[in-house]
Amino acid sequence: MIVYLLCFALLLVGLYGVLTKRDLIKIILSLGILGYAVNLLLILFAYRNDSIYPILAKGKEVKQMVDPLPQALVLTSIVIELGTTAMLVALAIKLFEKYETFDITQIRRLKG
Amino acid sequence: MPVEPWLIFILSVMIIASIAALEMEDILSSIVAIGVVGLGVSLSFLFLQAPDLAIVQFLFEIFAVIILVRAFLKKDYHKEKPSTINKILAGVTVITLAAIFIFSISVFELLPPFGEPLMTTAQYYLDNGAKDTGAANLVSSIVLDYRAYDTLGEVTVLFAAILGTFTILRIKSKSKKEKTELDHAAK
Amino acid sequence: MRQNDGMTLIVKTVTRISVWMILLYGIYIIFHGHLSPGGGFAGGVIIALAFLNVMLAYGRKFTSDWLNISFLHDVEAASATLFLIIGILGISIGGSFLANFLMKGELFALISSGTILPLNIVIGIKVGMSLFLVVWVLAGSKTVKGE
Repeated sequence: MIVYLLCFALLLVGLYGVLTKRDLIKIILSLGILGYAVNLLLILFAYRNDSIYPILAKGKEVKQMVDPLPQALVLTSIVIELGTTAMLVALAIKLFEKYETFDITQIRRLKG
Repeated sequence: MPVEPWLIFILSVMIIASIAALEMEDILSSIVAIGVVGLGVSLSFLFLQAPDLAIVQFLFEIFAVIILVRAFLKKDYHKEKPSTINKILAGVTVITLAAIFIFSISVFELLPPFGEPLMTTAQYYLDNGAKDTGAANLVSSIVLDYRAYDTLGEVTVLFAAILGTFTILRIKSKSKKEKTELDHAAK
Repeated sequence: MRQNDGMTLIVKTVTRISVWMILLYGIYIIFHGHLSPGGGFAGGVIIALAFLNVMLAYGRKFTSDWLNISFLHDVEAASATLFLIIGILGISIGGSFLANFLMKGELFALISSGTILPLNIVIGIKVGMSLFLVVWVLAGSKTVKGE
């Protein structure tokens, strides 16, 4: 319970960064924090007391195992997150080339 | 060994590091603090019995830090002082988020408690995964056999993200183009 | 620019030896994805980091001579197509899209678990190539003022 709440607090820190920061780099970093928090929350839901990782080993008795389904979904989610981060970095670089600033209040003209 | 105290400790470190990453002036320190947050996530995956994810998260953290440092470190940019209205807006945002946090406590009480997941579909995968697919790693059997369609979607998204990056970086920004046109006109 | 010439001689010598070990480790992780932690995603990132190591140590010019960048583009696009081809073969042989139509084999053997091993290899190539190419493009964009 308290673990869930701490993880949710991490998500809110990321949300705070996205909402209040004016620096494009800081916004990209806050989106990264949001992604970490969501991934970690999914894996926290999957944990089961007194159980081992969902990988069979030779000659080992199968005990309780944790839920493998969220692990499989988060595995793809991490890769996609890196792809989107790279794309955001490319957009920020292009904006810096044109406006020579990372401050989003200075980037007014969105056309052209 | 109980897992929960360790997780509380790691999560507290991660929250402090993420606040530091957002509030620090120097951009290199921010990126290093983000690295701390990502490695904390990797460590928590290890405690939560997900070694697959711990490896992937660790490697991707290294990769993300390299990308961010390589892209942003050489920029000579000046950080402007936030004005009064920005400070007021930040304060309002903090109060709103704190209210959301307090109201969400009752929502988290409705969820199944930590350490007792529902496991309805997943129990089938655990019981029959090795027999159906022949893979000892059950996460791998879900990613590439039971739910390979998801992985196809992931490959497509990755492909689109790479293509988008290439396209964005290839186009010349208009200010430069106008400059060259002016140069041609001068000649 | 100075940085395009790469790093010092010590770094270059260490890189020359260590790159092959990193590549081998990545290939090991990919091939044992159905037996132990790891798989296509982790192994692909390790391969991308090996190439990135060469790029950081030796500079862009040497790397573009050593690796054929446009060939890497082709490999990246082809691996996505290969994934689809394996899926469509599943329709014609196994009855449904991405069906596991190969022999299952023994449980803990290296050659086992049907299409999981080829799909792991395809994903490893795909992830490795695309992540390396992203860093290649990002590092190549000249954005510093006055450069």
